[in-house]
Amino acid sequence: MAVRGAIVVDNEKCKGCGVCVANCPTKTIALSHEVNGKGYNYAYMANPESCTGCTNCATVCPDSVITVYRVKL
Amino acid sequence: MDIKDIIKEENKVYGKTPVLTDNVMHYCPGCSHGVVHKLIAEVIEEMGIQDKTIGVSPVGCAVLAYNYLDIDWEEAAHGRAPALATAIKRLNPDKYVFTYQGDGDLASIGCGEIMHACNRGENIVVIFINNAIYGMTGGQMAPTTLLGMVTATTPYGRNAELNGYPLRLTELLAQLDGTCYVTRQSVQNPASVRKAKKAIQKAFENSMKKKGTSFVEIVGTCNSGWKMNPVKANQWMEENMFAKYPLGDIKDI
Repeated sequence: MAVRGAIVVDNEKCKGCGVCVANCPTKTIALSHEVNGKGYNYAYMANPESCTGCTNCATVCPDSVITVYRVKL
Repeated sequence: MDIKDIIKEENKVYGKTPVLTDNVMHYCPGCSHGVVHKLIAEVIEEMGIQDKTIGVSPVGCAVLAYNYLDIDWEEAAHGRAPALATAIKRLNPDKYVFTYQGDGDLASIGCGEIMHACNRGENIVVIFINNAIYGMTGGQMAPTTLLGMVTATTPYGRNAELNGYPLRLTELLAQLDGTCYVTRQSVQNPASVRKAKKAIQKAFENSMKKKGTSFVEIVGTCNSGWKMNPVKANQWMEENMFAKYPLGDIKDI
């Protein structure tokens, strides 16, 4: 793979709506079993190797809690 | 390559714009309002007009919008945002003035104000969030509610004989000579979010060209009011709302 990406989710602000999970083309993101301070199952990178840093998740995130990083290999 | 080597400042490709404040939004998980707030903030940042933008917030779920965008705001009485924006824009013609209204505020109680503001061709931007329900008050029927749609006040579905028909205000406003740009967008997937952002940017640019009112409707979801999870609500919107509220530019001059 020529591109690797990674996301950082602000766990305490994430409301676990799951819109990023539905819009992730590489199935990188999932909702965690653990909950944050407000009781939401926050989003996290379940398959970090498959992330391409496409920014789709951050684009649709209603609470702007996702930061996306990308490197070319 | 280790994740730690990817997560570095120089590799950052997308993050929260500084025009959005650090406050946690009070909106329900998956609410379209959050995405539209973000798009307005990104447009303001990219155009470099943070000090020159004045927003008018409505009554409804978005009443607290002034907590989330770090610009100047005024709060209007219910439905009267276009009237207030008219005054602000006429007194400060060098400022970018926009109203942010839901369907309860704009299409119901504020129907008169928006008609006349658009008919006068005020050089303002109107962002209209249409989720076909009164979200803040508990999911009652709105003028925009679809026929057959179940809400708190139409438990057997909206009935045309009893409740009338869904109001397509955007098409009505496109008929008026005062509007220069009338469009309908949505924000349920990355492609539509990017298109909506372009539409908002165009509307903001128009407001300085003295061409008239720019009106951007965003078809949104209210997953709490619709009693669905956020992902299902987005699907339901695509399957049901777009037939009555087709996307695209209705007027662009």
